[in-house]
Amino acid sequence: MNLSLLPLLQQLVLVLAAIVLFLSFVLLAQNRLISAIHAFAWQGALVAAVTTVVAATGHIHHLYFSAALTLALKALLIPWMLHRLVRRLELERHTESLQSPTLVTMAAVALVIFSYWLVLPMIQEELTFTRNIVAISLAVVLIGLLMMVFRTQAVAQVLGFMSMENGLFLAAVSATGGMPLVVELGVAFDVLVAMVLFGVFFLQIRESIDSLDVDRLNRLRETGGDQ
Amino acid sequence: MDNYLTLPGWVLAVFQSCLYIALAPLLVGWVRKVKARLQNRRGAPLFQAYRDLYKLLAKEARVAHTASPLFRAAPYIVFTATWMAAATVPLLVVDLPTAAIADIIVLVGLLALARVFLALAGMDVGTAFGGMGASREMLIGALAEPAMLMAVFTLAMTAHSTNLSSVIDYHLVDGFVLRPSYLFALGGLILVAVAESGRIPIDNPTTHLELTMIHEAMLLEYSGRHLALMEWSAQIKLLLYGTLIANVFFPWGIGRGFGAAALGLGLAAVLAKLAALGAVLAVGETVLAKMRLFRAPEFLNLALLLSLLGLLSHVILEVGA
Amino acid sequence: MSGAVTMQQALALAGLAVVLALASTLVSLLAKRVPATLRLAATPLLGLAGLAALAAGLIALALGGTVQTTLPLGLPWLPWHVRLDALAGFFLLLIGVVTCAVGLYAPAYVRGFEHGHDSLTALGGFSGLFLTGMLMVVLADDAFLFMVAWELMSLSSYFLVAYHHEHSANRRAAFLYLLMAHVGGLMILLGYGVLAAFGTGFSFSELRAAELPPIWAGVAFALAFMGFGMKAGLVPLHAWLPEAHPVAPSHISALMSGVMLKVAVYGFIRFVFDLIGQFPWQWGVVVLIIGCLSALFGVLAALLQTDLKRLLAYSSVENLGIIFIGLGLSLVFLSTGYRSLGALAFVAALYHCLNHALFKGLLFLGAGAILHSTHERDLDQMGGLLRRKPWTGLFFLVGVLSISALPPFNGFVSEWLTFQAALQAWQLQSGVLRSLIPIASAVLALTGALVAVTFVKVYGVAFLGQARSRHVRRARPGPWGMQAGQGFLALLCLLLGVFPTWVIGLIDAVPRAILGGGLPQAGAYGWLWLTPVSPQTASYSGPLIVLMLAGIGLTVFWGLNYLWSRGAPVRWIRRGDAWDCGFAPPSPRMQYTATAFAQPIRRVFGLLFQIDETMTRQEDGTLRHRLHIGDRFWGLLYLPIARAVESAARRVVLLQSGSVRVYLGWTLATLVGLLWIIT
Repeated sequence: MNLSLLPLLQQLVLVLAAIVLFLSFVLLAQNRLISAIHAFAWQGALVAAVTTVVAATGHIHHLYFSAALTLALKALLIPWMLHRLVRRLELERHTESLQSPTLVTMAAVALVIFSYWLVLPMIQEELTFTRNIVAISLAVVLIGLLMMVFRTQAVAQVLGFMSMENGLFLAAVSATGGMPLVVELGVAFDVLVAMVLFGVFFLQIRESIDSLDVDRLNRLRETGGDQ
Repeated sequence: MDNYLTLPGWVLAVFQSCLYIALAPLLVGWVRKVKARLQNRRGAPLFQAYRDLYKLLAKEARVAHTASPLFRAAPYIVFTATWMAAATVPLLVVDLPTAAIADIIVLVGLLALARVFLALAGMDVGTAFGGMGASREMLIGALAEPAMLMAVFTLAMTAHSTNLSSVIDYHLVDGFVLRPSYLFALGGLILVAVAESGRIPIDNPTTHLELTMIHEAMLLEYSGRHLALMEWSAQIKLLLYGTLIANVFFPWGIGRGFGAAALGLGLAAVLAKLAALGAVLAVGETVLAKMRLFRAPEFLNLALLLSLLGLLSHVILEVGA
Repeated sequence: MSGAVTMQQALALAGLAVVLALASTLVSLLAKRVPATLRLAATPLLGLAGLAALAAGLIALALGGTVQTTLPLGLPWLPWHVRLDALAGFFLLLIGVVTCAVGLYAPAYVRGFEHGHDSLTALGGFSGLFLTGMLMVVLADDAFLFMVAWELMSLSSYFLVAYHHEHSANRRAAFLYLLMAHVGGLMILLGYGVLAAFGTGFSFSELRAAELPPIWAGVAFALAFMGFGMKAGLVPLHAWLPEAHPVAPSHISALMSGVMLKVAVYGFIRFVFDLIGQFPWQWGVVVLIIGCLSALFGVLAALLQTDLKRLLAYSSVENLGIIFIGLGLSLVFLSTGYRSLGALAFVAALYHCLNHALFKGLLFLGAGAILHSTHERDLDQMGGLLRRKPWTGLFFLVGVLSISALPPFNGFVSEWLTFQAALQAWQLQSGVLRSLIPIASAVLALTGALVAVTFVKVYGVAFLGQARSRHVRRARPGPWGMQAGQGFLALLCLLLGVFPTWVIGLIDAVPRAILGGGLPQAGAYGWLWLTPVSPQTASYSGPLIVLMLAGIGLTVFWGLNYLWSRGAPVRWIRRGDAWDCGFAPPSPRMQYTATAFAQPIRRVFGLLFQIDETMTRQEDGTLRHRLHIGDRFWGLLYLPIARAVESAARRVVLLQSGSVRVYLGWTLATLVGLLWIIT
């Protein structure tokens, strides 16, 4: 594939997708919750931008609608809700650093290479553009999951979950020109409901165990143990 | 090989190298001026840096009793190595012989040579501040150098060459292409440039507090012409990074022939690009605060991550199989 | 015809080198009576042996031919095969160069031992045997002679490590070395066994012809990589190296670090590139990853050391890592069909072998010179040695600049070549390899930068500043012989950096012989230009860099000091007290120590090590800082194995009843069992 032969708008899609990936790394290593929420909002905005560009290149009109939906939901509404939640939980100045950020970052880099390796079998020349974007999306999904594994703070885990959804959406938009509108609406609604539920849960958890550190939930295990 | 080694090429190479040392204080003066304006001061005149150098060169040099010969040799080595490194970066035109003598890895090596001698000179007199500065400078250098190499490898793998002239040529031929890898490499290189040339938020070139110094702490024992050479090489280094960023990522305007028109256009273009970059640096230094030393590794890790992502996105997004 | 004759002469010279090394051993037997024999006869003979090996290697490389013969020694049906080809010639050259320098250096150095109570015969005798072993390993052309020579090298170096045996720590280090050397030797033996099982005999030509199924080839590779890797000190099998190398006498440390580790590299190249010959790319990736780990871990560990010789030993782990990065790249390129790129990476690895031999030899000799005049290995006690030992200081500086891979010295050229090879990864088909190799080059870049930190620390603390202890303050320049040895190596470090095209022209015979293709384009534009791939891709001109550095530097110096000063109203240089921002006059105790210098890095990379740092307030109110840096691999790998062996031994101890007849019964049972298995 020769990049300079692609139309400028497709180059733009690549650039935006790469920045989405970079923001996943930022989310993963960001210590401050507020900054992480901002990074997430930017990621949502970029996914919306990718959607717009894909809509413009392919003249797929319903994608404009989903771009607007993504922008409203992922870049504005959910970050705003998270922001409000964090303020209500008085976590604005909360910082939480990873145990060994370098190792986690290296693991994320390894995941990027792994996702590239996974999609390599798609070797048709006309599909390389799509394939490369799918590799990026898959990496975003896996890094989101990695973030949920290594973060102990519940709000950060929600961010990881939401960024996984961003990755899936990116893959859907770039590979197949977007999901059918009904599905998309349904997913958006799901995410929104999930967000509301998370909010309620956090307040409850906070009230009952006075912390949002998910490691404190360990005593819910089967064997009960000492407590 | 032969197309590089022509007589006009050599003459131009010498001219360009001299231009580097002549322009270096001007860039520093420009950054200081913009910064002063941003802080609502009038600031020193644009050419103040030249006057400072002239004054230092005319003063006698004082050397501590405990200094070894290395202390007196170091300013010349640092100055020469930095200057040679700068000479390999195309300023006005491409295809000069200096680019063939030393490619981009040699450039990093020459800068490392200068850094090593700077740190050794800092440790030579045997004062606490000198050792402190050397230790910190080497820490920053150790983390910045791989980030810089990764960033330039991204360029090299795209252009299939580590020769800076070829890299710039490749982009001029290719025209405007949006490359995600370049975006990351640019980010990484800017962070490295800030760290390596001792600017805020890593180091503060105007600090007077010994305990927060990095670069200045190594120069505390220098005076007179030795200090002038050291200051001058720091200015050349800033100009080098500025030119590298300006001419590799935004190569438009650089001369591709040795005619007067190409040279004039190249000079005007590079001055405009450097002025813009200098203004950006001044704005950055105005809005940011200096970091604690142990935040610096995080800053440079970000640079390393950006450069690494640049390489990966080159492999994943731009090559394909 | 004349070419064949000179190859014969090269082999004869190599034989002469072996004979001279053995003669050095024999002469040393007299050292018990006449201590001066060691200084006047044994060590010069060692140097002459080095010279003969150097000459043999040069001729073999220049001619690029092959010559072989059999010796009337060995087993009746398996006489010892000896062969000299380009690969063997290159390593003979490498052994010879360092041995020459040691031959110059050692007479003055061993004089210090003449009044000690350690046996001079042991020192001289085992040094000769050690050199013999290394030369024979390189010359061997069958598995049997190879293993005999290999064990000779390991055993004699064990006695040299244990030379200062009155310290229990040294005995422990020597035992660990012996243990690891034998486990490694066993693996190599098994590796040859696997090859021989599919071949027709034990000579290398028969092993080369063996047709191995892929699985067995993999087993042979794994055994050889572990065996040779153990000797080469690759992570995680490196634990013996930083213990054993520093405790030997310094000129032997130079031989062990500079040369013996390269003999292990030779063994690996001979086994994998030559004997097996066919490899999948996965082997290359394994070698690449282990190389990266060794390089990074070795340099970080070196950075944290304060014992100079131990630091140098850890830095050997790092350099061997770089060599194996080059070999791994070469394997990857060769297995995917890029022969000329494989040759490029291979040449880079060989070049780095030679460079490491030179600068590590130089640095160990320098450490020995410091030890000789101050009896000090602890960096935190040194300081200001440059003014007390100016020549040693200058040569050590050359070593420091070379090992830190700074232009225009030799270390830079080999790292530059490795980078150039890695940057050609875009040609590969596999996307995973394309993304892995740049990461390996990132590790290499980080390693190079950390090496510079390490050696700035060493030089700044030991040679600059002010002396931190009394005996360091009284250091004197050493005897001229010691300085000549270091000067020889320092000069070579510079020459190999400035004229890389000639060196590559010489090395090129090795890939042509082993891989079937060299680097013809490297010197295609004359001796001035090194162009490993093509001039559009990359070029480097060492001579011009040196010329310009020296020219500009001297012009600036002259201009400022003579031209500019004319008519200056003030005195031009004035000596005074250190300014130090106007605080109290600096005392030696106020300087940054080696520990303090490494503190920021310790903080950034601390997770990789077991760091035990405590601050306690003494009764008299002073603070006491204790720092212990442990190797995590001990706890992760070695101690569990040691415990497992111990518990197994406790079970076996039941057999030990004390009665001779029971033992004889076991013997009988074993014999019967074996006979049964054979039938």
